[in-house]
Amino acid sequence: MSSTASILEVRDLVTAFDGDAGRMTAVDGISFDVPRGKTLGIVGESGCGKSVTAFSITRLLPQPHGKILGGSIHFEGRDLVSLPLEEMQKIRGNDISMIFQEPMTALNPVQTVGRQLAEAILLHTECSKAEVLARSIDMMIKVRIPEPAQRLNEYPHQLSGGMRQRMMIAMALINKPKLLIADEPTTALDVTVQAQILELIADLQKEMGMSVVLITHDLGVIAQVCDEVAVMYAGRIVERANVHELFAKPRHAYTQGLLESIPRLDSKPKTLLKAIPGNVPGIADFKPGCRFAERSGRNHTAQQLNTRPPFIEISANHWVENCPICVA
Amino acid sequence: MSLLTVQNLQQYFPVRGGLLHRAVASCKAVDGVSFTLNSGETLGLVGESGCGKTTLGKAIVRLLKPTRGKIEFDGQDITHASIGALRPMRRHVQMIFQDPAESLNPRHTVRDILEEPFIVQKMGTKEERRKWVLDLLDKVGLSASATDRFPFEFSGGQRQRIGIARAIALKPKLIVCDEPVSALDVSVQSQVLNLLLDLQRDMGLSYLFIAHGLNVVKHMSDRVAVMYLGKIVELAPAEELYHNPRHAYTKALLDAIPIADPTKRRERQLLRGDVPSPINPPPGCAFGHRMKHPKWEQSVNMDLTLKEIAPGHFVQPCPCCT
Ligand SMILES: Nc1ncnc2c1ncn2[C@@H]1O[C@H](COP(=O)(O)OP(=O)(O)OP(=O)(O)O)[C@@H](O)[C@H]1O
Ligand SMILES: Nc1ncnc2c1ncn2[C@@H]1O[C@H](COP(=O)(O)OP(=O)(O)OP(=O)(O)O)[C@@H](O)[C@H]1O
Ligand code: SF4
Ligand code: SF4
Ligand SMILES: [Mg+2]
Ligand SMILES: [Mg+2]
Repeated sequence: MSSTASILEVRDLVTAFDGDAGRMTAVDGISFDVPRGKTLGIVGESGCGKSVTAFSITRLLPQPHGKILGGSIHFEGRDLVSLPLEEMQKIRGNDISMIFQEPMTALNPVQTVGRQLAEAILLHTECSKAEVLARSIDMMIKVRIPEPAQRLNEYPHQLSGGMRQRMMIAMALINKPKLLIADEPTTALDVTVQAQILELIADLQKEMGMSVVLITHDLGVIAQVCDEVAVMYAGRIVERANVHELFAKPRHAYTQGLLESIPRLDSKPKTLLKAIPGNVPGIADFKPGCRFAERSGRNHTAQQLNTRPPFIEISANHWVENCPICVA
Repeated sequence: MSLLTVQNLQQYFPVRGGLLHRAVASCKAVDGVSFTLNSGETLGLVGESGCGKTTLGKAIVRLLKPTRGKIEFDGQDITHASIGALRPMRRHVQMIFQDPAESLNPRHTVRDILEEPFIVQKMGTKEERRKWVLDLLDKVGLSASATDRFPFEFSGGQRQRIGIARAIALKPKLIVCDEPVSALDVSVQSQVLNLLLDLQRDMGLSYLFIAHGLNVVKHMSDRVAVMYLGKIVELAPAEELYHNPRHAYTKALLDAIPIADPTKRRERQLLRGDVPSPINPPPGCAFGHRMKHPKWEQSVNMDLTLKEIAPGHFVQPCPCCT
């Protein structure tokens, strides 16, 4: 993929945390592109490193423990990894915005939502009070918050969960970012509110030509809104492809397991689901070889357990950790 | 014969206000719900946040004092039974919660947690109870080494297994499962759902299975009830409800589920707005009111008691929906 086609190019990214027990790698050499104007989904179970990936891109890793140890993150040609912090602050909230997993952590409880929107605008542009108000109200209409002029004077706790999430989206989009990173924007919400929010992001994306990284563990969400998908397991991307290709021809055992474990509307009620046994290992227990081996139900040689399968392009734009057993 | 019969159940909460903190209004969380549940059967309960699912579940296990109506369990009227009178029934009716962390005492070991139901019911010697605890752990797929550990040392899925182990300890007949997998990952979710299905088969359990996603509910249930603003608007066998939904709200809920198939992307009729407050519910069909349904006014003066339109398929009778 040529660099003009992608707004973001991540190569061999390694992110680690320093703790009492030493340095532990949470993201272990991942590479992916975000095509311009499109949506890349990152899917994987809890603890696979999806949020750490998002915080690496936005350089919001918890300090002082979180560190990017290697690799590059090129955004419109500039490597964010080596960018001075002041430069990064200019990009964040402006060209790149993030929606966080938990809206209450990102909204200030003691400030009205209007004040928070105004601050987000004024951080990156100079404009008059009247302009700030007009832009705020315009954005709130876009995210479909009823009676925006009145809501501006309310505090986050006065809004319903769905409305708070829409407010977060308004804040993230107020400066018309080129790239939006949405970390589980709908996980805590009802299916109906979820559908509203996803539609909203898609509409605004079309309107503003924005690129999106959508993090979720819901394969239904991925299937409905993403163009490309990266499947993450235990700090690594094990498979990456176009959404149609991935759902039609999943190659990695983990991707297959995830796809088989969802209860489908057209499945027979009360039949057993295929479940992946066990859990995602903690970062202290990451092995050098294929990390899915112990849950795969297959037998492995010591050699397989100790060597990481190479990440190869198995067919056009379909990448997979190419283990000779799983990926036949 | 039905194990549980719920008739016209109402569960109101006082809304307090003013200087004297007096009840100034009531929140009609559950407002006239009727259904039956057979032995070995699963009734699913779906609806958006705030529609009254948890309140209904808590009223049934009698964690609440119902305002009006009747709950009959195993032939016995338990609607207003006192705590003492409820004790024998407590053995047979259990509840599993969405967030097991909330319902498991963080200062108790897994052994303490699982032994407690036996102690409360004054069952077994210390040795017997220890053995029962190990049996329970085995049943829910946890190893014996879990006994001396605390809830926070486990993953979400494992904690839910502990909650399930406690719920089945006294071999109940009915378990109210309140969003037991909503907080879990897909893969762990399927492990826990399978466990619930297995236990039902082995022990002949009945479930009231609550969730807000119709796909999970449909997968687990024989019949499904759809709840909106304190009322059941449609109730049908799971397959029937999915293939032949009649109420506009059921259709909207089905439509909102993100289907895990990129070739089935849909132009959806999205549900707008939020669930209104049950403090001042609109007259007639509350959902029609929210959707500004052109025929909503017709529903205002109608008797909206569920009608059977096909065998086992009940729906609110409004001429436009049905
Ligand atoms: N500040 C931190 N210090 C140490 N380890 C951390 C820290 N933050 C995250 N981790 C670890 O890194 C791993 C990846 O975490 P991350 O939050 O990225 O997971 P995730 O894929 O976003 O999961 P979820 O779906 O639950 O949000 C986990 O094992 C987590 O425990
Ligand atoms: N103890 C209480 N006192 C007052 N109001 C209550 C109480 N418990 C619940 N309510 C109200 O009753 C209504 C129904 O709440 P309930 O928790 O039963 O909804 P739910 O369907 O379980 O929603 P969710 O999907 O979010 O769990 C809500 O409006 C809620 O605010
Ligand atoms: S067969 Fe290969 S890819 Fe599959 S689990 Fe084993 S080592 Fe991993
Ligand atoms: S058609 Fe009648 S029952 Fe259906 S949503 Fe409209 S008012 Fe309600
Ligand atoms: Mg996360
Ligand atoms: Mg609830």
